[in-house]
Amino acid sequence: MKKRRSNFQGMKINPSRFHRSQLIFYILLVPFSILMLLPIVFIFNHAFKPIGELFAYPPRFFVRQPTFDNFIELGRITSSSGVPFSRYILNSLFVTLLGVGAAILITSLSAYGLSKLKFKGKKFLFEVNTIALMFVPIAVQIPRYLIIAQSGLIDSYLGHILPVIVLPVAMFLLKQFIDQTPNELIESAKIDGASEMEIFFKIIFPIILPAIATVGILSFQVLWNDVTTSILYINDESKRTLAFFMMSLTSLQGNTVAGQGMAAAASLIMFIPNLTLFIFLQSRVMNTMAHSGIK
Amino acid sequence: MIKRMNRPAWFIVPYWSLFLVFIILPVIAAVFLSFTYFNAIETPEIIGINNYVELITIDTVFMQYVLSNTLRFALIVGPFGYIMAFLLAWMLAQIPKIPRTILAIILYSPSLTLGVAMAAMWRIIFSGDANGYLNAILLSNNIILEPIQFLSSPQYLMTIMIIVSLWSSMGVGFLAMLAGVLNIDQTLYEAAYVDGIKNRTQEILYITLPSMKPQLLFGAVMAVVTTFQAGMIGVQLAGSNPTPQYAGQLIVNHIEDFGFIRYMMGYAAAISVVLLLIVYALSKITFRVLGDKS
Repeated sequence: MKKRRSNFQGMKINPSRFHRSQLIFYILLVPFSILMLLPIVFIFNHAFKPIGELFAYPPRFFVRQPTFDNFIELGRITSSSGVPFSRYILNSLFVTLLGVGAAILITSLSAYGLSKLKFKGKKFLFEVNTIALMFVPIAVQIPRYLIIAQSGLIDSYLGHILPVIVLPVAMFLLKQFIDQTPNELIESAKIDGASEMEIFFKIIFPIILPAIATVGILSFQVLWNDVTTSILYINDESKRTLAFFMMSLTSLQGNTVAGQGMAAAASLIMFIPNLTLFIFLQSRVMNTMAHSGIK
Repeated sequence: MIKRMNRPAWFIVPYWSLFLVFIILPVIAAVFLSFTYFNAIETPEIIGINNYVELITIDTVFMQYVLSNTLRFALIVGPFGYIMAFLLAWMLAQIPKIPRTILAIILYSPSLTLGVAMAAMWRIIFSGDANGYLNAILLSNNIILEPIQFLSSPQYLMTIMIIVSLWSSMGVGFLAMLAGVLNIDQTLYEAAYVDGIKNRTQEILYITLPSMKPQLLFGAVMAVVTTFQAGMIGVQLAGSNPTPQYAGQLIVNHIEDFGFIRYMMGYAAAISVVLLLIVYALSKITFRVLGDKS
């Protein structure tokens, strides 16, 4: 057995240590990754450039004397209608935190229902959800707008949240994940007299935390990055979010050199929370993705 | 109270009522409105299939630019992004965990910027004056003599849109495929070599791809959807809708142009229906192509 393994020249998945045969992958992957990373390195550098370096010709990629000037300037400016930058950040934080919580709750309840409960039509609902994976929200912006206008959600914080927290992808991943949990746990809890809801919160929820983390990340991304809700459903400037402010900053000042530094700083503020969250939760996400297949 | 919550409705209703209101109803409303004349003020007036007829016969912008741009954009970004995601995942699976995780985070992170966050930066890099980063590099190396108007000239806009979209296309589908390759049973490969598989190409064709078919399908759907969802990029880069000489005009921009700029909502709804049908058809075709491999 040992001898055959050492002769085996094919694919070695998830190797535990470096081997000469992996060199080719490093040679291809590392330069490519660096290339992919360049725009992000650029934005990091640009955000910390003092005004003199933003004006410099020829322009430089790396910052020489990093300052926080751009961030301070960003904190100082207000939008044309007098809403301060901090207000947009607070709005974004509020909408995102509440939205992520709501998304996790409704998605996991439905996923548990479709996976473990017995009722008529659950297969059908899951099929509908799988078709909805192909749903492109941007395509139906207009009817969505009309529905939101009819339901009185215009200028309400809920207008930021409700339309974007229905994520068929998240529901799909979570349901596939719950399918893997053993039924025996549920059965024995039932014998002890627990209700379905108790079983869900006390037994299932702790087991599916990796997948919950994934749902959290996915919903965080849509809520934090979304501009369409601010553009279409919110007329009150003081209720719009950071992503919207970013976009108006880009179109107003992105082309002037002084505005560039601020735009880069704001881009960084948008990007960092996304990245940090993913870095912390990436192993859980990978764990969820193992069950992501469409069968 | 929680002790008595046994009925499936407690679990199903919250998600599915939002699903109904924000996914199913908009699709039905789009189909209904597509058969009407509707200017957002008066009540919709039913005009049969006129919108569709107009779309095909009168809307020269749609037939001449939008449709071909969309197909070109989708057929390059979708398949290339998908194949790239698979190859990267396949290579990553064959190096140890720590470097793999670092590289995977780097490759995935551009997809986090989808949307507005990075549009500002691309506009700085591709800025049309001599101070734009790409122009400065090209000028100082004497590759060009005058700065190029990258974002406002039709010949470059589409290429830049494709590059930017490919850059940010290693998203959820890529992670799923990476997990898929990692989860293939190692003994399958060993057995296959005993059975006479000779090289890496055969290995991919006979073992890797068939074993991760569920993830491949998931990745394919994600690739189709994110490609169409990324359609706003042209308008963000150029800073105007319509884009210069319609060079970066995709279906989603055309919908916005007619719906929210000209308030021809019935007509815009007809375009929406066409878009949904295209996405659905492309997903089905991809399913069939991938399904045949096993």
